[in-house]
Amino acid sequence: MFSLFEIAFYVVALCIIVFSVLAVTTNSILRSATYLLFVLLGTGGIYAILGYTFLSAVQLMVYAGGIIVLYVFSILLTRSSGTMKYKIRRGKMISVLLTTLVGMALVMFILATNGFALNIIPQGVELPVEKIGKALIGTEKYQFVLPFEVMSVLLLACMIGAIMIARKRK
Amino acid sequence: MFDYYNLEPLLMWIHRTMCGIMPEWLAFTIEGIAVGIFIMVMYAVLAIILIYMERKVCAAFQCRIGPDRVGGRGGLLQVPADVIKILTKEIIFLKNSDKFLYALAPFLVIMASILTFSCLPWNKGGEILHMNIGIFFVLAASSIGVLGILLAGWSSNSKYTLIGAVRSGAMIISYELSIGISVLTMVILCGTMDIQEIVAYQENGWNIFKGHLPAVMAFIIYLIAGNAEANRAPFDLAEAEQELTAGYHTEYSGMHFGFFYLAEYLNLFITAGIAVTLFLGGWMPLHIAGLEGFNAVMDYIPGVIWFVGKTFFVVFLLMWIRWTFPRLRIDQVLILEWKYLMPLSLLVLIIMTVMKVFGLVF
Repeated sequence: MFSLFEIAFYVVALCIIVFSVLAVTTNSILRSATYLLFVLLGTGGIYAILGYTFLSAVQLMVYAGGIIVLYVFSILLTRSSGTMKYKIRRGKMISVLLTTLVGMALVMFILATNGFALNIIPQGVELPVEKIGKALIGTEKYQFVLPFEVMSVLLLACMIGAIMIARKRK
Repeated sequence: MFDYYNLEPLLMWIHRTMCGIMPEWLAFTIEGIAVGIFIMVMYAVLAIILIYMERKVCAAFQCRIGPDRVGGRGGLLQVPADVIKILTKEIIFLKNSDKFLYALAPFLVIMASILTFSCLPWNKGGEILHMNIGIFFVLAASSIGVLGILLAGWSSNSKYTLIGAVRSGAMIISYELSIGISVLTMVILCGTMDIQEIVAYQENGWNIFKGHLPAVMAFIIYLIAGNAEANRAPFDLAEAEQELTAGYHTEYSGMHFGFFYLAEYLNLFITAGIAVTLFLGGWMPLHIAGLEGFNAVMDYIPGVIWFVGKTFFVVFLLMWIRWTFPRLRIDQVLILEWKYLMPLSLLVLIIMTVMKVFGLVF
């Protein structure tokens, strides 16, 4: 008998798989973005099932509410031909299939050899935010203030770069 | 102190009884369905009340009477009659439009709205979705709604809807910043993101009194940005009637249009509800220091009445703004946000942090 968490996990996982396939096979670019939204929502759902609600909300906020909105916005503002029908050559097709299979085998191998995540994370217990916050801006062992700050400098550089590119030259 | 209205023992008792007569998974499933139906019913009932209130308030501000024929002198049955009418209307699908996205868009909008709706703290122990990042989840879930608006505008395949959607998208994305920062200000004051704990923090004084100057400023910023987030006048250029017919939902009919309409009113309620939670004490009763008798009487009023009462007060404030101010132009809206509101809210955030660190808040 499955537990409720397992059933929820399998439903969400199935949704993720179906929508990721749909996202790359559909003809319309906006539909593709919408399917991607569902994939990201599903990922957020998996984080929530694991009890990592903070990351789940970040996923919703940054990816679903930020990145996808940005995608849709730029699709609306640019003129896109409604359908994208490309003919794929056979050589390309075979190489794509091969790459996918190799990637899948690699992931399967890693999953099979490392039995991680199963017994480490307590299911259905929420991770307190204080712990995450202290881990992000602490200076002791297993605390990550330096990567956190370096990341923020990187983001600042990206923002300045975007403004430099976007501004009108006089 | 006032524990007689705590819902938690009752709910736990129901859960234990159900677990006694059936397996736990079945109990969970039945409870989940019951809560889901409860949310939907509350959602619909509140929408009817809010629409009636809007029509009456609007009428009062414009020196009219408002609905007064259907259902007695107050026109109480006008909105239910409208609801039945809209349920019988045909849902029209357009030629040459993306039917899947066209049908999906209203559901995205209403899904975001219902997710945030279930986070509201109705009473002690009466929050439906309870997690320790509560208020952050509310911000995250509400950011999905704009996608529904963008998709609705695009998939209707019309110039009006596209312009409406892009306008509303630009506006909502901008004002989300101010909302986020002013919410963060209050999170700093309370020291927690858990909605029930934020309310519990205000047991001996609402946040707007405890945090005095920065809290009042954050409250005003929140109300302005929340009004924009709910797409209401003076920020209703997503559906500016004179220019865009009805904006992003011009091409929708029947219940699909009804969903947008529902979500608009419930977003108003949710904005007000979150404002009440953060600033006006949630379901906490009004206490005045020194008046013991008065405080005891206030304690006897159930929390849910306090919460709904305060929320409708804030809703009235927002309706007052809506029917008083003229609509802004899109550039004015964006200038207001990026040049005034956002820097101001950042300033308020810093002031609040400094005051909290030096113990200048109560």
